[in-house]
Amino acid sequence: MTAMQTKSPHSSDGSDYSLRDHFRIWRTMLTISLEERLVYRGDFALGTLLRFLPIVTQVFLWTAVFSAAGRSDIAGYSKNDIVAYYLLAMATRAFSSMPGLAGSIARGIRDGSIKKYLVQPVDYIGFLFAMRVAHKLVYFAVALGPFVLVLFLFRSYFPAIPDVGTIIAFAASLFMAFLIGFFLEATLGMLGFWFLEVASLLFVYMLANYLLSGHMFPLDMLDGIATGILGISLGDVVKMLPFEYTAYFPAAIWLGKISGPAMYQGLLIEAMWVIVMAAACRLAYDRGSRHWSAVGG
Amino acid sequence: MGRYWRVFATFAVAGMVRDMTFRTNFLIACISSIAWVAMNLSFYVLVFSFTPELGLNTGWSREPFFVFVATGLIINSIVQTFFMPSAEEFSEMVRSGGLDAVLVQPLDAQFLITCHRVDYSSLANGMVGFLLLFWSLLSMKWTPTPVAFLLYPLFVISGVTILYSFIIGLAAATIFLGRNQSLYDFWFYITTFSRYPMEIYSGPWGTPLQTLCTFVLPILVVVNVPARLLARPFLMSDTNLAIWSLLAAGVSFIVSRRVFTHSIDRYRSASS
Repeated sequence: MTAMQTKSPHSSDGSDYSLRDHFRIWRTMLTISLEERLVYRGDFALGTLLRFLPIVTQVFLWTAVFSAAGRSDIAGYSKNDIVAYYLLAMATRAFSSMPGLAGSIARGIRDGSIKKYLVQPVDYIGFLFAMRVAHKLVYFAVALGPFVLVLFLFRSYFPAIPDVGTIIAFAASLFMAFLIGFFLEATLGMLGFWFLEVASLLFVYMLANYLLSGHMFPLDMLDGIATGILGISLGDVVKMLPFEYTAYFPAAIWLGKISGPAMYQGLLIEAMWVIVMAAACRLAYDRGSRHWSAVGG
Repeated sequence: MGRYWRVFATFAVAGMVRDMTFRTNFLIACISSIAWVAMNLSFYVLVFSFTPELGLNTGWSREPFFVFVATGLIINSIVQTFFMPSAEEFSEMVRSGGLDAVLVQPLDAQFLITCHRVDYSSLANGMVGFLLLFWSLLSMKWTPTPVAFLLYPLFVISGVTILYSFIIGLAAATIFLGRNQSLYDFWFYITTFSRYPMEIYSGPWGTPLQTLCTFVLPILVVVNVPARLLARPFLMSDTNLAIWSLLAAGVSFIVSRRVFTHSIDRYRSASS
C-alpha cells in the first residue's frame, strides 16, 4: 500500500501561468463540462422538465387553503402572491441548487480521484465552478422554454413588473444565490477530507435548506410563531441564516415584500454570506488537501 | 411460483444481513427518513394553522387529512422498501451492460430487476405512518366501520400495484433513453400529485388534471381510495372510485408488463 502525500494546490505551477492562460484553461474546462452535460440530453431534458410538476400541486393546495380559510391574505400574501412566490422561489432554486456537487467532491476524496486536480496546474474549486456554470448554462438552455411558458401561463398571478432598481436588485440576489449555493455545497463536500462519508450530513443540509430557505413556504409565515425568547419569532431566527438567500429573498424582492432600505441591507448581508462561504470553501480545501492521503495506485 | 417466493425470501434475508452489517448506517437512514416525514408534517401543521380544511366543504380537516398522509406513508414505504431500491439500479445496469447478467438467469427478468434489493430503512416511514394513522383515528370524531378496516389492506395493495406499474414503466423508459437518472426524480414528482386529496384539483385546470390523474395515469386513486375508507363515511361516488382503483391496478400491471417486455426485446448489450 502506498500513500501519496499531496502538496499545496497553490504551488508555483499555477502562478507561472498568465491571466490569458488561466482564461484558456477555464474556457476548456467549461467546454468539456458542456459537452459532458449534453451527452445524455434526453435524461437531462426529462429531469429539467420534471421540476415543474411539484409547483402544480402547490398551486392547487394553496388555492384549496384560501377557499376554505375565508380570508384574503395569509401572512401578508394573497393567493396570487403565494403562487407567484412559489414560481419565483423555484426560479431562484434553479440558480442556487447544486445537485450532486457536494456528493461528487466527497466521493473524489474518498476514492482518490481528486488527486488528479492536486497534481495538475488546475485550481480544483475553479474547475468545479466551471462545471457548475456549464451545468447551469445547459439547464437554462433546456429550461428557458418551459420557464417562459409557465410564467406566461401564470402571468395573472404576478403583480405589475417592478421598477428597474428592484429588477437589478433581484438579478443581483439571483447571482449571489448561485454563489452562496455553490460555495455552501462545495464546503460541505470538502468536509469529506475529514469525515470521508458525508452522506448523512448532506441529508441534514438538504432537509434544513428545504425547510429554511423558503422553498416549502414563504418564511413570513413563521413570523407569528414565538420562540420563547422575548420578541424573537421563529421567522427572525430563520432569517439570520444564509438559507433564505437561496430561495426566499429574491422572490420577496420581486414581489415587493422586501423593499427600500431593507432590500439594500439584505443584499449587503447576502454579499457578506458569499464572502464568508467562499472563504470557508477555500479554507476547507487548503487545509483538507494538505493532510489528505491518496491510497492506491 | 414457489421458487420465486424462495428467491425473494433469499433477497429479503440478504437485505437484512446487509442492513445489519452496517447498523449505524441503517439507523441514520431510518432517522433521516423520519426527519423528512417530520418536516413535511410540520408543514401540514403550519397549513392547518391558517385553514380549518383543505378546500371548502371537502371534509378534509386536519385529522382526516392526517389519515390520508399516513396512508400515503404506508403505501410509499412498501414501494420504497421492496421495489424502488432495485429499480434505481436498473438505469446503471442498462448503461453499463450489467443487465446482461440478469437476462441470462433462469428467472423472470422483471422479477429480478424490481425485487433483488430490499431496503428495510424505508420501513421507518411506514412505522411513522401507522402511528400517525392510529393517532388520527383516535382523534377523529368519526369511527370507521369494521368493513372499512377489512378493505383497507386490499386498497393499500391496489395502490402499491399501481405505483409498482409506474416503476416498471419508468424502468422501460431507461432502455429507450440509454440512461435515466431522472427515474427517481420522476417517481418523486409524479407521486407529489398523490400527496393531497383529489378534491383540491378543481376548477378549469384542476378538473381536467384530476380526470387525467384518475383515469389515464391513475396516480390519484393510489392513496385517495384507501384513505377515504378510514377518513370519512364512504359515499356512493367513493364506491365507484374504489372499483376503478382495483381495475386500474390490474390494467396498469398488465400494460406495464407488456411495455417492459417490449423494451427488453429492444435492449442491446452495452458490455464488451
